[in-house]
Amino acid sequence: MDNALKLPADFETYPEARKAGFLRMKALKDSGAKVVGMFCSFVPYELIYAAGALPVGLCAFTDEPIPAAEANLPRNLCPLIKASYGFALTDTCPYFYFSDLVVGETTCDGKKKMFELLNEIKETHVMQLPHSRDGAALEFWKGQVIAFKEKLEQKFSVTITEEDIRKAIKQKNRERRVMKDFLELGKLDPAPLSGYEMGTRIDAGMFSFDLDERCDIIEKRTAEVKAEWEATKKGTPSTRPRLLVTGCPNAGVREKIIRAVEEMGADIVAFDTCNGIREKVELVDENNPDVYEALAIKYLNINCSVMSPNQSRMDYIRQMVEEYNIDGVIEIVLQSCHTYDVEAYYVKKLVVEELDKAYLNIETDYSQSDKGQLSTRLAAFLETIDR
Amino acid sequence: MMYYTGIDIGSTASKVVVLDSEKMVANFVIPTGWNSKDTSREIARRLGEMGYPIDENNKVLATGYGRISVEYAQKVVTEITCHGRGGYAIVGEDCTIIDIGGQDTKVITVEKGVSTNFLMNDKCAAGTGKFLEIMANRLNVDLKELYELAEQGTPLAISAMCTVFAESEVISHIGSGERREDIAAGVVDSVVKRVAGLVSRHAVKGRLVLTGGLSECPYLIRRLSERVGREIYAEPLGRYAGALGAALIARDGKKVK
Repeated sequence: MDNALKLPADFETYPEARKAGFLRMKALKDSGAKVVGMFCSFVPYELIYAAGALPVGLCAFTDEPIPAAEANLPRNLCPLIKASYGFALTDTCPYFYFSDLVVGETTCDGKKKMFELLNEIKETHVMQLPHSRDGAALEFWKGQVIAFKEKLEQKFSVTITEEDIRKAIKQKNRERRVMKDFLELGKLDPAPLSGYEMGTRIDAGMFSFDLDERCDIIEKRTAEVKAEWEATKKGTPSTRPRLLVTGCPNAGVREKIIRAVEEMGADIVAFDTCNGIREKVELVDENNPDVYEALAIKYLNINCSVMSPNQSRMDYIRQMVEEYNIDGVIEIVLQSCHTYDVEAYYVKKLVVEELDKAYLNIETDYSQSDKGQLSTRLAAFLETIDR
Repeated sequence: MMYYTGIDIGSTASKVVVLDSEKMVANFVIPTGWNSKDTSREIARRLGEMGYPIDENNKVLATGYGRISVEYAQKVVTEITCHGRGGYAIVGEDCTIIDIGGQDTKVITVEKGVSTNFLMNDKCAAGTGKFLEIMANRLNVDLKELYELAEQGTPLAISAMCTVFAESEVISHIGSGERREDIAAGVVDSVVKRVAGLVSRHAVKGRLVLTGGLSECPYLIRRLSERVGREIYAEPLGRYAGALGAALIARDGKKVK
């Protein structure tokens, strides 16, 4: 059986897209662009756009700079944190180099302490994220949103008006809708495209810096995939198990897990991850007269496992399993990510006991050393699913 | 006459089971050695000698970590599925299989002969057969002797979570003149603790059945039963569960007939 992934001719892998963005970024910098490096979907992009600056993602997805990072960070730490810091420390990430300001957030313990070290290399503004969603937390977080706005104003000597923010909210909401429409292609049965392509395109989008252009590219692809599905796949039954991927950001393990399992004969159709649909489902309320409150509410509602309690993530997984007609759930936990690792208890319970679907938990890092074991696990997991 | 051969190439031992349309007609085990391709050729040679040559009348299914090295296998299936199927055939009802392998340990739920859920420790040698091998080496005995020694000992504490550090603890026990029997019992106990930990994370359904090479160690079975708080069943064929499952799938397909 030919299980090789079918990718469009113009497809760029994540490393290719990241590399292609270097020159675009350099050209933008040469023409005077201001750049804010960021790590996490909790940071309100809208404020960065409203300041006339460009956001760029600094989360790292390769193990290359990890040995260097381990000179200052413990080995027993999440690979994403170590790799991101390692790139900064060794000055080998152009995006970090081009960033005028870095913005961090107190999401997990590893990251928040790493930002202290990062601040020694480049100015790092840290947003203090509360880990609950009550009224006091919202009030505090709104204060942090305003403090970040003020930081941007001071750093770039600009005034950010509410009008600027409203405009950015509209733009960014459009992007969320476009990305959501694209990711929801996974609801079609049989699956219209690979999860490998979906995830890559979402992550690689970060490296095309023009928001409208980014939206146009994805909209075009959504239309193309839909038309192709209608013409060639609609109504043809498929025996390939339909999987949901949840847990930590997966760009660093995409080849050895996502591509591997799809090449074994499954379809990854849904992502409950920060590089998936998690941040896209809820828009910023464009009608709230208080723009800061509107931003604070939207971002505080993101279902990351750093929040406690985090029942809304379980509710959303339940809903996705139904809407995407899911047969099995793969939870990816990056090594030493305590919050996802602990919360996996509830995910497993939900998936296995309540929803009666297959569940596989994978703890891994960015190395290739566990490829063999992973392929046995993934193959065995698929063998337990009877579709 | 059609034959159905299951070959389970484990990290330490390779197990072979041959079935005809009704029953098991042959089974044997050989060490895997360092080259699983050579091992699979040796298996083919032996099968030929025994009257079950690799030809169109012999359907071969390979499993185990070396499954892709069996060039003459018509099909490969992972050891999780095969152990489930073989364990079910041995026990005859829905059950939960514990397989302590040479390089990993798994707990597998089996319903109607199909593995429906599993949990696996494949990150660390502690709690696997590899740990016992290393420690037996250190005590200058083979595995069988290690089990016999353990029977006569009172377990010493080996607290380290990691094989390498646990080995240091064993060395210091040796250095301070502890009895070999007590060290051996401590070594087996340390595996028992890890395996029991894995079992406690898995929703056990039906009988608990131990497969793999360690199903031949009564001391381990007794201690594991005590720790898990349930009876653990081990059958003489336990070691062949993976190979038997592979042969059954070769004969009857994925679902039990």
